[in-house]
Amino acid sequence: MSDKKPISSVNDFVVRFANVNGSGSASANELFARAILRHGVPVSPRNIFPSNIQGLPTWYEVRVTEAGHLGARGGVDMMVAMNPQTWDKDVAGIEPGGYLFYDSTKPMPSTKFRDDITVIGVPLTAITNSTYTDPRQRQLFKNIIYLGALAALLDMDPKLIEQLIGEQYKGKEKLLSSNVHALHLGRDWALQNLKCPIGLRVKKSDKVGDRIFIEGNSAAALGAVYGGATVCAWYPITPSSSVAEAFTSHCKKYRHDPETGKAKYAIVQGEDELASIGIVIGASWNGARAFTATSGPGISLMTEFIGLSYFAEIPAVIMNIQRAGPSTGMPTRTQQCDIIACAYASHGDTKHVLLFPEDPAEAFEFAAAAFDLAERLQTTIFLMLDLDIGMNHRLCRPLKWDDARQYDRGKIMTAEMLEEGRDFGRYLDVDGDGIPYRTYPGTHPTKGSYFTRGTSRDRYARYSEEGPVYADNMQRLVRKFETAQDLVPRPLQANAERPTKYGVIYFGSTSPAMDEAIGLLEARGHQLDRLRIRAFPFHSSVASFLAEHDFVYVVEQNRDSQLRQLIVNENGIDPVRLVPIVHYDGSPITARFIAKAIGDHQDHLKVTPLRKAVS
Amino acid sequence: MTYIAKPKFHHPGLKKNELGYTHRDYEGKISTLCAGCGHDSITASIIEACYELSIEPHRVAKISGIGCSSKTPDYFLGNSHGFNSVHGRMPSVLTGANLANRDLIYLGVSGDGDSASIGFGQFAHSIRRCVNMTYIVENNGVYGLTKGQFSATADRGSKSKKGVTNTDNAIDLVAIALQLGATFVARSFSGDKTQLVPLIAAAIRHKGASFIDVISPCIAFNNHAGSTKSFDYVREHNDAVNRLDVLVGRDPIAVDYAPGTVQVVEQHDGSRVALRKIDADYDPHDRLGAMTFLQKHAAKGQIVTGLLYVDPEAEDLHEHLNTVETPLNTLEADTLCPGSAVLDKINASLR
Repeated sequence: MSDKKPISSVNDFVVRFANVNGSGSASANELFARAILRHGVPVSPRNIFPSNIQGLPTWYEVRVTEAGHLGARGGVDMMVAMNPQTWDKDVAGIEPGGYLFYDSTKPMPSTKFRDDITVIGVPLTAITNSTYTDPRQRQLFKNIIYLGALAALLDMDPKLIEQLIGEQYKGKEKLLSSNVHALHLGRDWALQNLKCPIGLRVKKSDKVGDRIFIEGNSAAALGAVYGGATVCAWYPITPSSSVAEAFTSHCKKYRHDPETGKAKYAIVQGEDELASIGIVIGASWNGARAFTATSGPGISLMTEFIGLSYFAEIPAVIMNIQRAGPSTGMPTRTQQCDIIACAYASHGDTKHVLLFPEDPAEAFEFAAAAFDLAERLQTTIFLMLDLDIGMNHRLCRPLKWDDARQYDRGKIMTAEMLEEGRDFGRYLDVDGDGIPYRTYPGTHPTKGSYFTRGTSRDRYARYSEEGPVYADNMQRLVRKFETAQDLVPRPLQANAERPTKYGVIYFGSTSPAMDEAIGLLEARGHQLDRLRIRAFPFHSSVASFLAEHDFVYVVEQNRDSQLRQLIVNENGIDPVRLVPIVHYDGSPITARFIAKAIGDHQDHLKVTPLRKAVS
Repeated sequence: MTYIAKPKFHHPGLKKNELGYTHRDYEGKISTLCAGCGHDSITASIIEACYELSIEPHRVAKISGIGCSSKTPDYFLGNSHGFNSVHGRMPSVLTGANLANRDLIYLGVSGDGDSASIGFGQFAHSIRRCVNMTYIVENNGVYGLTKGQFSATADRGSKSKKGVTNTDNAIDLVAIALQLGATFVARSFSGDKTQLVPLIAAAIRHKGASFIDVISPCIAFNNHAGSTKSFDYVREHNDAVNRLDVLVGRDPIAVDYAPGTVQVVEQHDGSRVALRKIDADYDPHDRLGAMTFLQKHAAKGQIVTGLLYVDPEAEDLHEHLNTVETPLNTLEADTLCPGSAVLDKINASLR
């Protein structure tokens, strides 16, 4: 039936599940991804879901990648088409030579298939209905049955899946055995009725190592627990809600006093983002480590308070799980589109510290570091995740914590220091780093109190509208921002094998696709030095990198090349030398996209000598 | 805006409270509000109440929004930390501050624009969250700093200084506070310090969300005929249901009251409030009754003042969140960080 040879690949293919949301498919699909990991083969799964609870199409894509390419690849080798609504589009999206897995209970006209793919029909509904009577059970176990059939087709070890089910339903014997039963129903049917395995196979390997499989939002929330956050105020918004929810569940496990059962944290679901950031600012002003998690629309609402944090110098940590904007945009699609909005948030002259983690491991580290930075710098620190890192499980190095680490609470003037007669000026720069001392409310009966305000004031926090006094303060804030450059995570540079005039700058969730793209570009003969920016303000090594290369590509996931704008603006360099490579359709950027965009530009740059061209 | 330094010397014979502080220790900078502003009387009442309660001034956190009223925390408790935050956002800042350190006294000062217009939502939500605070609205029905626009508490039919008649309905913050579950609700008048001072003192001693709406005429923009927030109008229409004496400690009540005229309310911290009834039928423990009473009298154009509702057994946000007794802002890595051994276990569960 096929006029194209079926794809044959071991441990390197993409399976996409097309489901209806609310059908319980998510857990079965995640089980599939985890099962492959248990084979020692890296996977990179992605949820592609609508802003809806039930009834709309949703996809789950698993990239099986022994080589460890964790970015999205693009293309589908096997489609598990469980959603009639999207059938035509799903079938059309399969790579030539690929595979279509579907529920063959109802006959389909031949026009609904393609002749360049392998079609695998399993009567899932029939099997399910003959085994289960309860409609909910039918729905849920159908998912496990297709998982069983896939295990047979892809030559997966059923014991590893059983083991995972056992861990998931530990202590719930009934659920455990019924899930295992469903798994074998599907697997046995496939083994008896289909040619197993197919060309796509999972073979045991050892490429996972000690890596862990975690969502960025959960890792960031854990970073907040380890980093000593005690106050969390938030307002539900996709894709950030799971940060606060994960923080809540981590705190329930790790933050209750064992004797009294009381909570060493306070979480408030605010009435909106204004209240959330207000609570964070109030708590931080009063000496607690506090944070909020939000997304673009929330950032827009918070900007007045962000300006207050900058000008009155109050610590705050904002985790921004970016989604496609502007306005409501595409709430369940990924982008890196709030770079400018966050870097310069609020009216007047403001600048803010941004951290760009590349994966959950860095989300954990940077989240914890954000609280140190916020208290050290007495300003807002943005942790810039995006939906791709935040809401997908990602394979990453294990989380680490040094037990000797103490929190950096910044410059706090204590009652003892005040008693010693230390000069306290809330906005007085005593050692040239632009950072003044602060006191917590209630510190001393007669010394160290001050009036915090968003209006201008002098070094001793006394209201002033004098021009020089205002300018003096604004200049000190510039000095403080310069100090920040050396405190934030530095960029990481990786050079090409051979010296090259070309460089590439990237950040955040683009990382795995970029790493893979470098290999593709090298295969085409393009050598590129790489710089992964991990924070704003930019460290001086960014300027050096720009100076060392003729052209630098700036790869990012937004329309207006916002990081490039920020680099041009902050470094005062000729924009022509910075080539924007932008991907902004809401899907995660792929290696194929980057390699093509940069490769085409490189080919275009190569000047063919005239003599060679005419000969 | 304070160009004149306030002299620090005082009469050597000035009375001292239990902690040895004089009135002067509870003062702040010189007010820059207009001479005769009702807000200055409220400032004086706050100073008086804190003095009488023998509160350590630095253990109070004063938080405000933006506007004339929100400037006033600079004019009292000069040894306290103050926070003049963002317009309409005092309640959230105060909530956060309270979560960080439950041991301080939180005094929220706001205005009618700050709380009934731009900050109506935050006002409502801080009340329904039962934040332990004293929330004072200095209510003059007008935007003073921007020169006389109506605020959301301006009564329908009242006239602005420029002669414009307000056609919008007024928000009664007291009615809303009652509806949202505030556990101490009062209204007073800046021109009636004898009523206001004990109300503020009792509100501070109350554990839970205390709300006081203080009608405070704006001398510059809302003190003319046709205004329902002028000194004359409020004096004429003030309908006080009771007057208070705050009795700290458990000593026998020394004051002689005529029998049946006094109701003693014991608060959470052991302090007591003696309510001298003016309206014999008014019961300040009846939330529903208070709401009805208020509506009926408002319809007659009367401004009901006094302690309108109190629940002495109130709970606060910290109780609802079950937080530790130790202020959260004093906790360090040794108690907050689960450590590397736990992290290893977490890692193991993620493979």
